[in-house]
Amino acid sequence: MADTPHQVPRARPLSPHTTIYRWPLTMATSIVHRATGLALSAGTVLLCWWLVAIASGPETFNEFVSLASTPLGEVVLFGFVWSLAYHLLNGIRHLAWDLGYGFAVPTANLSGMLVIAGSILLAAGLFALAYLGHGGYYQ
Amino acid sequence: MSLETPLHKVRGMGSSHSGVIHFWRQRVTAAALIPLSIWFGISALGLVGAHEAATLSFLSQPLNAILMAAFAIILLYHMVLGLQVVVDDYVSGNAQKVFLMLVMRGFAIAAGATSIFALLRIAGPL
Repeated sequence: MADTPHQVPRARPLSPHTTIYRWPLTMATSIVHRATGLALSAGTVLLCWWLVAIASGPETFNEFVSLASTPLGEVVLFGFVWSLAYHLLNGIRHLAWDLGYGFAVPTANLSGMLVIAGSILLAAGLFALAYLGHGGYYQ
Repeated sequence: MSLETPLHKVRGMGSSHSGVIHFWRQRVTAAALIPLSIWFGISALGLVGAHEAATLSFLSQPLNAILMAAFAIILLYHMVLGLQVVVDDYVSGNAQKVFLMLVMRGFAIAAGATSIFALLRIAGPL
């Protein structure tokens, strides 16, 4: 190619070819780990907002609670809770890898499935408990 | 033959200008956040539907206030470490990197300071 300097280089696919190859489960769980990390970063605003609302007196607190109780508010809260559950469970999986455990492909696929199922169960379970009136034990 | 100076070798730092400290801090904060997240989840469920007074009295108990402060601070620290990796992966150009790191750290410090101030106010006069 050195003798044809004016030739426009052909656009070549860059790795990983996320659009053309089947996603291995381990790749998907890794990408979702980062995505939930970004979502939780945005979620820190909610945590900070909640604390400020509690510190600012009943009116501000009630405004926060009624905003959180709207359908959009509940969807955002569920997203936050699921992201936390996923990042927590998959984070434990990452820590196990860092200690040298669970690298075999069947093991990594199994733990990935467990993380996906566990995070959904955990988030849905927490919301189910809240809806069924089993929450609110600190009042 | 290596062209590294003995001092460079002994510090074990390559072109990243840092050693394993970022990796290590990310893991230590992650491990600390496991019990804190579980505590946060149990507390949040316990405060579902609670009125302002009940929430206030829960968070003004010393242990709960300390755990909430620890959760917020370690969470924000872990966030900065994680977002730094994202910036390192996707952003090229030193100026953009430095700018984004300053924005992220500025946000983390603002959010952390605000959370601590709110918690102190919730706890009331000591």
